[in-house]
Amino acid sequence: MKYDVLLAGVGGQGVLSLAACIAAGAMKAGLAVRQSEVHGMAQRGGAVLAHLRLADRPIYSDLIPRGTADLILGMDPLESLRYLAYLAPGGVLVTATEPFVNIPDYPGGGELLAAIGRLPRHRLVDAAALARQAGSARAANMVLVGAASGYLPIERGKLEQAIAEMFAGKGEEVAAANLKAFAAGLAQGGRP
Amino acid sequence: MRDMVLLGDEALAMGAMHAGISAAYGYPGTPSTEILEFLQKQAGRGNPAEPAPFIASWCANEKTAYEAAVGTSLAGRRALVTMKHVGLNVAADPFINSALLDIHGGLVLAVADDPGMHSSQNEQDSRFFADYARVPCFEPRNQEEAYAMTLEAFEASERFHVPVMVRLTTRLAHSRAVVRVGEGKPPRPLDKSANPAGWILLPNLARQRWDRLLKAQEKLREYSEGSPYNPLSLSDSDRELGVITTGLGRNYYEENLEELAGQRGGRPSHLHVGVYPLPAAKIRSLAAHVRRVLVIEEGYPLLERQLRGLLDLPVAVDGKENGAIPPSGELTPDNVRPALGLGARPGIPYSGPALPGRPPQLCAGCPHRDTFDALNQALAGYERKLVTSDIGCYTLGFLPPHQAIETCLCMGASIGMARGAAEAGLHPVVATIGDSTFLHSGMTGLVDAVASRANLTLIILDNSTTAMTGTQPTIMASPQIPELIRGLGVDPAHIRVINPLKRHTEENARILKEEIEHRGVSVIIALRDCVQTLKKKSRLEVAE
Repeated sequence: MKYDVLLAGVGGQGVLSLAACIAAGAMKAGLAVRQSEVHGMAQRGGAVLAHLRLADRPIYSDLIPRGTADLILGMDPLESLRYLAYLAPGGVLVTATEPFVNIPDYPGGGELLAAIGRLPRHRLVDAAALARQAGSARAANMVLVGAASGYLPIERGKLEQAIAEMFAGKGEEVAAANLKAFAAGLAQGGRP
Repeated sequence: MRDMVLLGDEALAMGAMHAGISAAYGYPGTPSTEILEFLQKQAGRGNPAEPAPFIASWCANEKTAYEAAVGTSLAGRRALVTMKHVGLNVAADPFINSALLDIHGGLVLAVADDPGMHSSQNEQDSRFFADYARVPCFEPRNQEEAYAMTLEAFEASERFHVPVMVRLTTRLAHSRAVVRVGEGKPPRPLDKSANPAGWILLPNLARQRWDRLLKAQEKLREYSEGSPYNPLSLSDSDRELGVITTGLGRNYYEENLEELAGQRGGRPSHLHVGVYPLPAAKIRSLAAHVRRVLVIEEGYPLLERQLRGLLDLPVAVDGKENGAIPPSGELTPDNVRPALGLGARPGIPYSGPALPGRPPQLCAGCPHRDTFDALNQALAGYERKLVTSDIGCYTLGFLPPHQAIETCLCMGASIGMARGAAEAGLHPVVATIGDSTFLHSGMTGLVDAVASRANLTLIILDNSTTAMTGTQPTIMASPQIPELIRGLGVDPAHIRVINPLKRHTEENARILKEEIEHRGVSVIIALRDCVQTLKKKSRLEVAE
């Protein structure tokens, strides 16, 4: 078994925490994990990409080969589409719908969401609104973990445990809001 | 033994810690920064009554860092030096010369290359420096090897009495995986080298040391021939293709191996090189076994060029030199496939609006934004102007909306280039440089400019940190910088400090214009804290 996840967003959106959370859950599930990140210049409001590879056997490459990713997880519609060439023919794209607009030529008018709508397997999540309802606008990334959890080869409990541990140092309130955000994402339904 | 989740950088740091280092020195630079940051965290974690047995310290630049580590070695203790690839250009003088010294305590240089230029001006390959200096180089291909090879690099340094390089590349430096780590060794006792002739490179002694280093090459080659990090497997069934990999090239080869073996009816012969000097005998064995050798190496074609040489070979060689593998950028599991005879994998085609790029940009509220606005105002109307710049976040000032700067060459070059351009006849010439970069290698350029009375204006973008690599502290606090500049000989009447805030833009532009009109060297310090540092500080205060 192998499961490859490409995580995309903009510097500051919590893409690396999103990757770290799924990685921690996968390790609790006894899987081998490799996680490749972008540091340095790319974090200054630029596009951020992480490759997360999970398997029950050794993983050689830190990078996911093109056309083989099982899941693309986006914090922004534009970024989720940027790496479509990596998605396997049967793969699924899950993305937050709220655009992060910090460039002048960001495509408007719902064109991006329409393009995502044409993909064979996709799920659109209003992560920003669900995170605010859960009590923390910063927890949109955990809504995405919840929304993707039905696809991941990791039990729900292991992911919740990973979230609780990740935010344990930041106080009960923060941890609770992030778990609530995860549950809100999960409640978006099963596999389409 | 215990399992830890570590970045490649952190695994290397852990290896150094467990090798019993007494000191780690470095200058921040992506993708190497996290090595020293990890050691600083580890050093600060212990019981204050029992301080860590090693220090981990940022230095003014890579050269001073390397020299400090050489001093540690002379004292009989183990030291690690960390830097990015272009930093080794700065430290090349002590590095190349130190190969001739009688290295005593283990001296390991950890250098992180950046193929693909994720955060660098070039993608130079540090293995050439190790080869040039005639010292061993270890090239891990995963986090486990980064840990284990660093431990071994210290042993090799003391065994052969030479500095040893461990070379990382971005993808490994910034990728996390589980590493099984062992127990640490205690630091070495103080034990000053008993060989005074081994540390003075006077020509007559240096000639002897050079002869010794040349003689040591045979031992180093034997060492790498016998290393388990250079495994050779010859295939009985496939006498056509032999593959040589270095560094991460092996990972991408193995990622495709199952498919390749299925297509060819078995695995090709394969040699992986993880330790240098090159294991020439193993390379010859492989070449004698096959008709075609494919070289997959991360970086410049170092091995491939040695293999090709100038004369015709009995085997065909494929690699970067003939375009079988892309000669620039990082290797990927995809771009090695054509050379292996494997087709592209179909992904999902995209149909929709064009997807614009999203380049990095200066943060909202960044002081550099306001400095660039004031500078653009001050320079409006001048025809033959030049604004040179340097290495840091502010290099992004080239991009819209500011479009304020015109050059970026290497650390400190803004000032030297400004002097030359001013003396060639351009005016106004303004150099822009960050405080950390100024302290790294801008000061010497300013001394030249003062001595030649160059007609230039220097703006020090002083945000009191090394921002781009993650807000490491600078080597000198901001309040001391005006005094330093006076000490370098700049007329105190033309050293001005401005506060780059939006509401001061008009006034700052006026001050800039005054100093631009001054014939001679003037220095303007644009002083305001980096917003990332402020965020970090407020987070710490909340936590407390």
